[in-house]
Amino acid sequence: MRVSFRLNGSWVSVDVEPGEILLDTLRLRLGIRSVKRGCERGECGVCTVLLNGEPVVSCLLLTAQVDSMEVTTVEGLGSDPLFKDLAEEFARRFSIQCGYCTPAILLTTYAYIRKVYEGKRKASVEEIVKAIEGNLCRCGTYPRVVRAVVNTLSRLTTAP
Amino acid sequence: MYYRVLQIKYFKPRTLEEAIELLTKVRNSRVLAGGTDLLVDLKTGRVSAEALVDVGAIRELRGIEDLGDRIRIGAATKLQELVESDVIARELPLLRKAVESMGSWQIRNLATVGGNLCNASPAADTAPPLLAYEAELIIVGPRGTRVVPVTKFFTSYRRVALEEGEILKEIVVRKSTWSGWSYIKLGRRSGFTLSIVSVAVLASTRGEVLEDVRIALGSVAPTPIRAYKAEEYLRGREVGLGVLERAAEIAKEEVSPIDDVRASAWYRREMVYRLTLDALKTSLRWS
Ligand SMILES: Cc1cc2nc3c(=O)[nH]c(=O)nc-3n(C[C@H](O)[C@H](O)[C@H](O)COP(=O)(O)OP(=O)(O)OC[C@H]3O[C@@H](n4cnc5c(N)ncnc54)[C@H](O)[C@@H]3O)c2cc1C
Ligand code: FES
Ligand code: FES
Repeated sequence: MRVSFRLNGSWVSVDVEPGEILLDTLRLRLGIRSVKRGCERGECGVCTVLLNGEPVVSCLLLTAQVDSMEVTTVEGLGSDPLFKDLAEEFARRFSIQCGYCTPAILLTTYAYIRKVYEGKRKASVEEIVKAIEGNLCRCGTYPRVVRAVVNTLSRLTTAP
Repeated sequence: MYYRVLQIKYFKPRTLEEAIELLTKVRNSRVLAGGTDLLVDLKTGRVSAEALVDVGAIRELRGIEDLGDRIRIGAATKLQELVESDVIARELPLLRKAVESMGSWQIRNLATVGGNLCNASPAADTAPPLLAYEAELIIVGPRGTRVVPVTKFFTSYRRVALEEGEILKEIVVRKSTWSGWSYIKLGRRSGFTLSIVSVAVLASTRGEVLEDVRIALGSVAPTPIRAYKAEEYLRGREVGLGVLERAAEIAKEEVSPIDDVRASAWYRREMVYRLTLDALKTSLRWS
């Protein structure tokens, strides 16, 4: 079946199997490699994408379900000022070890910071920890991730 | 691990009528809401289906509304929408607390409240609060609409009172005033976890007397349950430590837990006592 959705700002149309999982469509058909394969059952979060701006696991989503929606991965955020600040903080704070979880954690924390600016989430360490609950980092970078998010929040004085 | 593509048909109806027709006519078809239970079950082969009827585009199934004397929650409303809703925070704080503890942000953005109920896991976290609030479930199907109290919805292990072709449309909770509430979920870790035992309590007092109380428990019986005998014992009694301990003791006798990967039956029973007592104390602001 044919499915069309916005991927990183451009419309894509792909022929997929009705039972095809978004993670597979992104990696195997559309060349999006930042979205990783992990547990494939919603536990680890390395397959996170933003669906209409909200973080979701792409391993528990049929591609058919996202028809006409907007999917964002880190590939689409390279020129976003907020994302650049956040990624820079990740580099500066050594919030990355092996990097396997990093694109997903960047997406989740990016979405969280946007929510803070929209007044929908509080800016606090507890809220950051709660936001990244679904992103497993086997290297244990969590404290550094939290620090990078705190710094990004405090550096930004104007809304993104 | 799973790699292979699910061999399944997919339908995305726009209306409830179309969805019911598809469910009735297409052989071995199932409702797909958030997919966070169903897609895992299909991948692992625990469930088999030939077609999925995605209810994600049916507007009537979405949204949270304050209707004055009651709250209406569309069955396909996402858990994260419940967490962010002012209506839920104000009117159904016990439900909010339970939903906040469910899955992760990524899961709550997909998972729906109706999916949680219809999946009928004994550990379903929305069940104890909704049992305590005595929510009503509006079910639509080929023979029209019917109302089933949530207290009659869970019929046996992983079974619910849904007939062929029926869809859970909405959850309705009548407003009532409770002086206190408490939700305690014990898991193997503090966050992003399924429950070993969960307890939901609503209480209302007049002076020192417990006028009304509701106790609901998760993960300790084939279905989520109410601890009716413990409630019965408490109703009309003056609050005191001995009374609360006795009630927790009765609740412990009402459960029928099993040993599983998360905990032993013995531990669950002990925790029913402990957590029921704690939840009662919190609800009564009593220490
Ligand atoms: C990583 C992870 C963590 C989780 N954590 C928790 C947790 O902490 N607590 C918890 O309780 N659950 C948890 N779950 C389970 C799951 O997320 C919830 O039960 C969720 O609410 C299911 O909703 P859904 O919309 O995804 O349902 P689906 O998977 O779409 O459907 C589940 C079942 O219900 C049926 N169904 C769905 N909607 C309807 C309807 N409107 N009418 C009739 N039938 C319907 C489907 O046919 C299917 O059989 C977790 C799952 C994952 C993968
Ligand atoms: S691969 Fe999707 S959550 Fe692990
Ligand atoms: S940096 Fe290695 S998994 Fe997170």
